Amino acid sequence: MAGLNTKSGVVYDARGLVEPDPEPPMTAVIDGDTAVIDATDLTTRKINLELKRIVYDEGVNTVTIVNPGSKHSLGVGILKRCNLTFEGSPGWYACGLIDGPEVQINGRVGWALGENMMSGSVVVEGPAGSLTGAALRGGDLVIKGNVGARTGIDQKGGTIIALGSAGINTGFMMQRGRQIICGDVNDGLGDSMYDGVIYVGGNVASLGVDCVPGEMNDDDLEFINRKFEIHDLGTPPDLKKFECGKVLHNYDALEPSERKLVL
Amino acid sequence: MCGIAGIIHRDGAADIGDELTAMLNSMKHRGPDSTGYAMYGPADDLIVVRFMLAEPNDFKGFGMAEKLERNRAEVEARLAKIGADLATIQTEDGGYAFRATIRYGGDLKPLADYLEDIPGCQVLSLGNSLEIVKDLGDANTVHEQYGLGGIRGSHGIGHVRMATESDVDLASAHPYWAYPFADVAVVHNGQLTNYHLWRRRLERMGHRFQSECDSEIIAVYLAQHLEDGEPLETAMKHSLDDFDGVFTYLVATGSELGIAKDEMAAKPLVLMETDNLVAMASEEMAIRALVGTEVETRDPFEREVLTWQV
Repeated sequence: MAGLNTKSGVVYDARGLVEPDPEPPMTAVIDGDTAVIDATDLTTRKINLELKRIVYDEGVNTVTIVNPGSKHSLGVGILKRCNLTFEGSPGWYACGLIDGPEVQINGRVGWALGENMMSGSVVVEGPAGSLTGAALRGGDLVIKGNVGARTGIDQKGGTIIALGSAGINTGFMMQRGRQIICGDVNDGLGDSMYDGVIYVGGNVASLGVDCVPGEMNDDDLEFINRKFEIHDLGTPPDLKKFECGKVLHNYDALEPSERKLVL
Repeated sequence: MCGIAGIIHRDGAADIGDELTAMLNSMKHRGPDSTGYAMYGPADDLIVVRFMLAEPNDFKGFGMAEKLERNRAEVEARLAKIGADLATIQTEDGGYAFRATIRYGGDLKPLADYLEDIPGCQVLSLGNSLEIVKDLGDANTVHEQYGLGGIRGSHGIGHVRMATESDVDLASAHPYWAYPFADVAVVHNGQLTNYHLWRRRLERMGHRFQSECDSEIIAVYLAQHLEDGEPLETAMKHSLDDFDGVFTYLVATGSELGIAKDEMAAKPLVLMETDNLVAMASEEMAIRALVGTEVETRDPFEREVLTWQV
């Protein structure tokens, strides 16, 4: 089986991880304002270098990445408004740290989708792995399948919508933002959350420490309906609201502007 | 961090040596220290014994070649003495690992114990259809060293290891044979935090351990539960209550393959299932390496135990 890992023509360094050449491969097919990158024979680094080249240097606004092959860390760190489409499934850490792009993923994603994402949107047609939206700061993550464990762990803002079910410790140590889980949620929902809101359509196996049921109000309904309309998700299911009981952590009563002065 | 993979062909034997290599090689970033395979071919009247007489790191010592020759002769002598009829024996590339086939109708435990009483001898697997191959290095290296290209079978599991809590050696490499049960093997990704507690319990019950690796406890634990008459799936479900830590493991027998995820779901697994193929791996890219195209996959949830009949 010699040559299995060289079939693609990719050259690996001594650790077998990445090639040392930092140059973009210049393989994208650009047609005016659109471009297509075939990721088949490219490493993660080459794909991201090419993506940044055509978005930043060539000014292309609509990019399609075909054959992503579940490679990790694709589409990370794009800090510009643009439209990205993955025809297929990226692997782990897809679209982390992005600020602005609207991403469509016609496949599934691995762990930690949209980690530390700041703005924009990512829509996944299939399921997503664990740690989806970890430390999410802004923007919308929409997953049309199930999501794994610890969805929105340490979430600091933005919105996560899962049309399927979610795993254990959803919203663990969540600090801000909202989650809409249309299916069931496993044990420990909202465990040790500081703030934020989680809406659940199905059964909740158990609540985590300091996560309590809340009362749905008109603002909640307006928000949910608006998000479903924006992303063309149809009619939202009946949802229950969960929020922080605010007895676990120490909170102050200062407004953010006052806190700035104090700190 | 380690990587695990499994495959079942429901419509007959396939080139599982090549297929597992492709899957494991795609995950070598999860562990370059050692790679291992548990491959299941059609059940035979002969028992396959995979064993080693030295660690690869020890092999270059003074007088090692003569010592290995003496110990190999001792293996053959002990097989004869215990009533096993040696059909074939071959030395693998490197000189320290061996594959023998025997005719033997007795209990496997005394056979394994008798062989392992020879200094440096470790029985890697015993069974009518199971063959465990493992060594240092990545999947391509082990594939080439052991000539896995011609191995066909119905199912198998594999492992790439990043050594964290025990040595980079063959004893700590996966898969682990569930001594003393024929044709049972385990691969694992994770850490078991109550390893020493369970090791002491199982040792008191008469089980033996080849390594200091926490993963071995799963194989021995399952062996004990199988000995108690539990079905494999039940034993796996009990393991979720008994083991502490974070883990996902695969276990295979001559007729079954199963997965188990701990209650924290801290270790990944992706699964695809079609009418004729079941494949699972720590990362999606291993499944892509096997099937080459986009396929529907899912991530099993926490505390999920699944088994398939082969």
